[in-house]
Amino acid sequence: MKPTNVTDPEYFHKVVDCQFACPAHTPVPAYIRLISQQRYTDAYLVNWESNVFPGVLGRTCDRPCEPVCRRGRVEEEPVAICRLKRVAADFKEDVSSRLPRAGKPNGKKIALIGGGPASLTVARDLAPLGYELHLYDANAKAGGFMRSEIPSFRLPESVLDEEVGYVMDMGITAHFNTYVDSMADILTNGYDAVFVGSGAPRGRDLPKLPGRKKADKNIHIGLDWLANVAFEHTKKIGKKVIVLGGGNTAMDCCRTSRRLGGEDVKVIVRSPFEDMKASPWEKEDAIHEGIPIIDNHVPKEFVLKKGKLVGMTFEKVEPKYHEDGRRELVPTGEEPAFFECDDVLIAIGQENAFPWIEKETGIRFTSWGTPIINDDETFQSTRKDVFFGGDAAFGPANIITAVAHGHKAAVSIDLYCRGKDLEKRPAPNVTLISQKMGIHEWSYDSIPVNDKREAVPLVELGEALKDRDLEVELGFDLETAFVQAERCLNCDAQTVFTADSCIECDACADICPTSCINFIQNAPEEELRANLMVPADDPEQDIYVSQTLNTGKVLVKDEDVCLHCGLCAERCPTAAWDMKLFTYNVAKATPDLMEVS
Amino acid sequence: MSYVKPKFRHPKLPTNSLGYSVADYDGAISTLCAGCGHDSISAAIRNACFKSAIPPHRIAKLSGIGCSSKMPTYFLGRSHGFNSVHGRMPSVATGASLANRELTYIGVSGDGDTASIGMGQFVHLIRRNVNMTYIVANNGCYGLTKGQDSATADLGSVAKGGAVNPFDGIDLASLALLQGASFVARSFSGDKEQLEPLIRAAMAHKGFAFIDVVSPCVTFNNHAGSTKSYAETRAHVDAMQLDFIPMREEIRTQYEAGTSQTVTLHDGSVIHLQKASSDYATDDRAAAMQAIQKAEAEDKILTGLLHLDPNSQDLNQLLNLANKPLNELDKDELCPGSRVLDSINQGLR
Repeated sequence: MKPTNVTDPEYFHKVVDCQFACPAHTPVPAYIRLISQQRYTDAYLVNWESNVFPGVLGRTCDRPCEPVCRRGRVEEEPVAICRLKRVAADFKEDVSSRLPRAGKPNGKKIALIGGGPASLTVARDLAPLGYELHLYDANAKAGGFMRSEIPSFRLPESVLDEEVGYVMDMGITAHFNTYVDSMADILTNGYDAVFVGSGAPRGRDLPKLPGRKKADKNIHIGLDWLANVAFEHTKKIGKKVIVLGGGNTAMDCCRTSRRLGGEDVKVIVRSPFEDMKASPWEKEDAIHEGIPIIDNHVPKEFVLKKGKLVGMTFEKVEPKYHEDGRRELVPTGEEPAFFECDDVLIAIGQENAFPWIEKETGIRFTSWGTPIINDDETFQSTRKDVFFGGDAAFGPANIITAVAHGHKAAVSIDLYCRGKDLEKRPAPNVTLISQKMGIHEWSYDSIPVNDKREAVPLVELGEALKDRDLEVELGFDLETAFVQAERCLNCDAQTVFTADSCIECDACADICPTSCINFIQNAPEEELRANLMVPADDPEQDIYVSQTLNTGKVLVKDEDVCLHCGLCAERCPTAAWDMKLFTYNVAKATPDLMEVS
Repeated sequence: MSYVKPKFRHPKLPTNSLGYSVADYDGAISTLCAGCGHDSISAAIRNACFKSAIPPHRIAKLSGIGCSSKMPTYFLGRSHGFNSVHGRMPSVATGASLANRELTYIGVSGDGDTASIGMGQFVHLIRRNVNMTYIVANNGCYGLTKGQDSATADLGSVAKGGAVNPFDGIDLASLALLQGASFVARSFSGDKEQLEPLIRAAMAHKGFAFIDVVSPCVTFNNHAGSTKSYAETRAHVDAMQLDFIPMREEIRTQYEAGTSQTVTLHDGSVIHLQKASSDYATDDRAAAMQAIQKAEAEDKILTGLLHLDPNSQDLNQLLNLANKPLNELDKDELCPGSRVLDSINQGLR
């Protein structure tokens, strides 16, 4: 196997599993270290620079970072990354003086359609460069899905207002209560570029299911219904509620129902429980509130009595997994199951819809109704001055993905407005700096603590169900936050090996607590992986292979369960190993948005 | 400096037939210099005990004084240990092995502890063929007192301060051979592939098993001019690789005919000497002496299993001691009372 090219920043980036998995590549270990140093404001700003909505995301993020957290591979539970983000938001001081301001006008004007996380990110990234930004939204406030679809018992309005405010205060011109019904009109207003971040607002329906039309009064599209609850148009629901669907929206629907008078609330889903799209913790939270999740049931019919909805019948199925990974739901042949209900919430996904974008604008769409976009780097549509991002680009995803789109689209828009080539993307900002403080000392808490993950304390259930606006999670207190922050393994403190200095004394291989380090004969990758002291059987995790050493062997380090404890470097007599802090910041339109040292 | 090792281990760490992983044979974190050869020997002992599936609580570690003798703290944290007086580990080991024959005894000593202050005890330990494994971590200098030449420093070796050693070094392996040791080996701390099976074979051997291990002192004896540095040892080592296959385990490796030799130990375990010429005889003491001297004349360090007498009689057998070891004899057996004494006295009248 060829020696690993550690000068490629993506190698070490991949070692920081959490940051790598985050669509916006938030430098997770960096902000967690700041929390353990009680520097909450700095921790917040590191987040804000990267993901724009730390307070919101600290409560609602889909956390792609946590399932991949290295800590989860050496013990039961990953670091509580998401809720530590909330700690930074909860305990920060006033940050307004440290936020960037609108730059000197550069004469360019940009329209942002839709006021969700994608548009707001574009606005935040472009405002310091002096762009004149016009944000259009049909509602009275910006926030998009974050405002309309996330119940306030999960995300208090004040948190959202604050973080949306930080962006809007950068001189953004708001066109609220303005529904954009024609792209052609927008394009006549002299904008240099248009960004569409209007989301994927249409919830899917079950229009062909028998009884659908007649029972319409008691059947609601989950997303619309959640929006109505958020705007207080809907304040009640029947005692018996069936929620159809297995995603996070279904979880929000069932828990909201419990707070609006639903006593017997059930989630009924086609797929097996394990395959449900909802995050495990969202499912747990629903079950905790006494909501059963009934899986392997396919909706068959809405049942009415005297013109009123009384229940639904379902066909029972069981999953059959084919060799190509395809899943088929095969009817079991049992009698259809009947469940009583007063109301049904359909939360089975969303559809893209751009009825307001005219054909003659030159913006073309795929057969699925999503815009044809150059690639997921530029976000440029088939019309050069129009860009898409967030759910509007590739269909429903989540907030952090929308933010990531926003960063990239802002870079594209800036390049476009300056007449530069969009394909020539600015490189990420990367540093790699030794953390050696003394012969055996590092600038970070190198030896991991043994503490377990703790759950975030909740408001008493009775209280929570009484008040829809009462935030259920209380957040970590500072003492707990410190311990939870210390659980981070500092994966950004990279083990960097210099083959020339190595005398092959084996000290690193002997001390390594997780047996990652091997000195063996080189071989093709597959063979090499199998020959390690503990075989490296996860191809997703790289192995670090050195240049050939004096004895003809190579060093091979399996990155998989390296604790980044620095003992290899501590026990190295020649400093062939060093612990170097790796920072990786995604290129933004404004390069130096934040100064946190 | 870290004084604790993280408790997390690789979740897929293999286990031995007792269900232990190698981590169960770990000791405290080492306080020796980073890169010390001794730490590698510690790891080799740990790995050997793990691979041979010896229950940790059935092992006793014994040592004297010196960097080498600190080592037992750094491996087998769940075993018995005795850190004795400088050069006097042999007498403690002799007593222990007489009192309890069931334990596996691992003595760890250094070139000072064995070749200088402990020389008298060492040769008598060999003479008596005490059932134990005796490992010398041999770095040719006194690392604990800033690197003065030790008795095993080679003639002409240059100390860190620049002084050339005017004396011939004591070759402990030759000495052990001469004194009739039943198992004599030499190895290098940087060659675990050889050292581990050697230690396993030594532990399986019934009688005194001696392993002289070149173990570079990374702080005081790892410079140009030193004959026991990592680079110099690697440049001159003539390694005979071997495999150890314990009794009950099937032999899986295929050996080319005529290129290897098999030695069977008293308990049925097997040592495979790889690439050994067919006329090499491990049971020929004189030949082993010759081989060492020939290698020395060629400026080579011969490592591997130098000599083995698989049918040696250990101290308990030599002294024809009671079948029950001392720790199993109760008070009435040890002190049968005045009536028995009287009858003995009567017999002598």
